[in-house]
Amino acid sequence: MLKLDRITSGYGAFTALWDVSVRVEAGEAVAVVGPNGAGKTTLMRVISGLLPVRSGRLVFEDRDLTGEKAYDVVAHGIAHVPEGRRIFPALTVGENLKMGAFLPAARKHYRESLERVYTLFPVLAERPTQRAGSLSGGEQQMLAVGRALMSRPKLILLDEPSMGLAPVMVLRLFDLIRRVREEGYTILVVEQNVRQVLKIVDRAYLLEVGRIRMEGRASELAEQDFVRKAYVGA
Amino acid sequence: MSWRRLWAVLIVALLAVEPFLPLGRMREYLVHVIVQIFIWSFIGGAWSLMGRFGLVSLGHGAFLGVGAYATCLLWNFFGLTPWIGGLVAVLLTVVLAVVIGYPCSRFQVVGHYFGLVTLAVSEVVRLLIIAERDWTGGSLGVSLKPAPSDSSVWALQFADKRVFYYVAMVLWLFGLWVWVRVDRSMASRAMEAIGEDETAAASVGIHVTRFKLGITVLSAGLTALGGAILVQYLAYANPDTMSGIGVSLRIVFAVVLGGMYSLLGPSVGTALTIALSEFLRIYFGIKLIGIAETIYGLVLILCIIFLPSGIYGSLQDAFRRRATARTAVA
Amino acid sequence: MIDPLFLLEAVVNGVLLGGVLALLSLGLNLIFGVIDIVWIAYVDLVMLCMYAVYFMHTVYHWDLWVAGVTSVVAGVALGLLVHLLIISPILSSPPINQLLATGGLLFFIQSFATLLWGTDHRSVRVNLPVLEVGGIFISFPRLIAFALSILAMLGLYLFLTRTFVGTAIRAVSQDRDATALMGANPLRLYLVTSAVGGAMAGIAGALLIIQYAVHPYFGGAFGPLTFMICVLGGLGSMFGAFVAAFIMSQVISVGGVLISTEMGYVVAFVIFIVLMFVRPGGIFAKRT
Repeated sequence: MLKLDRITSGYGAFTALWDVSVRVEAGEAVAVVGPNGAGKTTLMRVISGLLPVRSGRLVFEDRDLTGEKAYDVVAHGIAHVPEGRRIFPALTVGENLKMGAFLPAARKHYRESLERVYTLFPVLAERPTQRAGSLSGGEQQMLAVGRALMSRPKLILLDEPSMGLAPVMVLRLFDLIRRVREEGYTILVVEQNVRQVLKIVDRAYLLEVGRIRMEGRASELAEQDFVRKAYVGA
Repeated sequence: MSWRRLWAVLIVALLAVEPFLPLGRMREYLVHVIVQIFIWSFIGGAWSLMGRFGLVSLGHGAFLGVGAYATCLLWNFFGLTPWIGGLVAVLLTVVLAVVIGYPCSRFQVVGHYFGLVTLAVSEVVRLLIIAERDWTGGSLGVSLKPAPSDSSVWALQFADKRVFYYVAMVLWLFGLWVWVRVDRSMASRAMEAIGEDETAAASVGIHVTRFKLGITVLSAGLTALGGAILVQYLAYANPDTMSGIGVSLRIVFAVVLGGMYSLLGPSVGTALTIALSEFLRIYFGIKLIGIAETIYGLVLILCIIFLPSGIYGSLQDAFRRRATARTAVA
Repeated sequence: MIDPLFLLEAVVNGVLLGGVLALLSLGLNLIFGVIDIVWIAYVDLVMLCMYAVYFMHTVYHWDLWVAGVTSVVAGVALGLLVHLLIISPILSSPPINQLLATGGLLFFIQSFATLLWGTDHRSVRVNLPVLEVGGIFISFPRLIAFALSILAMLGLYLFLTRTFVGTAIRAVSQDRDATALMGANPLRLYLVTSAVGGAMAGIAGALLIIQYAVHPYFGGAFGPLTFMICVLGGLGSMFGAFVAAFIMSQVISVGGVLISTEMGYVVAFVIFIVLMFVRPGGIFAKRT
């Protein structure tokens, strides 16, 4: 479904990704793990179109999306839940979800999508008129994921979803991701919390200093030393 | 570097001698124009002390107006010599600067917001001047009461404009000196740090409020001084040309056009804008009222869009690029 | 002592004046809140729309309501032009350049208007009665202007809260990248915002021309007032601007009756200065 072919990208004079190739099949859940500063967030931004590519190709469902702007990439079916959630703080829960359905194709099924999201996240259903900025970290994360679902995506990118969450919330969060997966969505998640994320994905890549060092089935990687090493946030 | 010094000396010498050059009728006109360039360059330089550190004031008309009117009215009503009147005017302006500058500094009112606040203040001053027409003359302006004798140092009024020429030139040179002193001082480094990141600057012990306020007060005081000299030269004060949004924007335009971060930028910009408006005024005369200003506004917009670092700044960049290219090839 | 009826009339007139001032301030605030640029020449755009109504109605004898619609259309067109020609090229320039660009526009518009139409005051004569309600006199045009401005602001509120585009406009002022991730093009949203701001200028122009005469330096009177209201209410806060508009209009109206028209303005401005000293962020400060 998604194929990154030797992507090189960065910020200004600094190159953050070198020759990165990643592949995600339809229905899979894939993780990209690695330490701080490895380039995981950069990778997400490249896929969703927030960051331009210097060389390499990005192909989604046989369509070349290299160089497309973020607001066009969404229309193809890729939803990005950004690092730090980035919900709209002064808008209400309901309005945040409404923004998720901004795409014309998504607007048609707005009511339906909203129902689905509220069923999946009852916490949000309880407080649709609350200012999003006043939600707790965990609730904001749910809102961010729900908002992404409103665009009726085929692929969901999750950027460091457990960041800044209390340990109890982290467990609930990964349970949530599993449920979203069960709904049939294809997921690509980057995480520092290696142990937890490997439990819920099929395959994983290890990204270190901008390069893919390792890839394989989640169960195999879980045996590796790097999981046992003290990665931040484990 | 020495050839630049030589050029500077030559230009200053030429300027010093100009009033005595045999240019016929043109000479008087040139003297008049250059006096204005001197004074407005001084004012522009005063503004740039704030502007170059990110404190973009769109309200220097307030300081100019207070400076000019205070000096003029103190002479007209109390016979107070402008030597002292000017000082009083500067002090009043400093008070105004503190009243506005202090809360803005403390509460981090910056950028567009600060610009808008200062803009509003300059309009307040203008409207106050117009409202109090009984003693300020309102929108018709007020003339400086002529001194008992034709030329008087006490009254700072001189029949021969050439005296003002040298007064203005000294003022201009003084402004350049102040600029250099500020540029070389610790205050300059501190202000740059503040301009980059206020919180970080504060955390290393830089007293942000004190520095911002200090620069504001200096800038305002110098502007008021410029206003005092201006009103003495023109012997006339008018709320629309010496306060309010119009003059405030003009000052900023001239400096930005010439280049806000360099010593001579304000002077170059002021010279160019005054030259442009004089040219347009002469060319169009009284036909097509408004055409001169229209072209002026259009030129300014285009310069902002296409020459963001000003004319002088762009020239400096071009020279620098050529210099590095030359060394690269060599 | 002053006749209480006189005072009441001043209060009522203040409220009516506040309506249009609020409309002006909301337009300016909308653009600043979303695009982060202050259109210093905003009220001069209003002035151009006022001329549009004048020419359509008084010179070409079109129906006043049609002329009013022309004003709105002109406003939208001006808003789009300003954004495309002047704002877009300098979106990432330092604030000073942005301020100077819109300031330069002010010079340009005022002098161009002088060039085209001279400095004469032009007014649109409206044959409407002066109402008398309980002993106080209310100008009918002023009442209509107030009602229409309230309607316009209500329309704006509904647009911003009920529609997808309106919500997106609010979103882009909070997080530009996240808005792009929703499939909304931020630059296009800026364009829409400018068009809406222009529309409000057009409406304001139509409402003002039936109360005041227009001349190229009209912006000199209402411009600073509008800025002050926006700053007082907290730049970026729509609600703040709304409240501040009515506060200022009351001070001007009542002060004008108690002392003198000019001093009414002066008092309002002095209050502004004092409030700046006390709460520089504005009464309802939002954006820092």
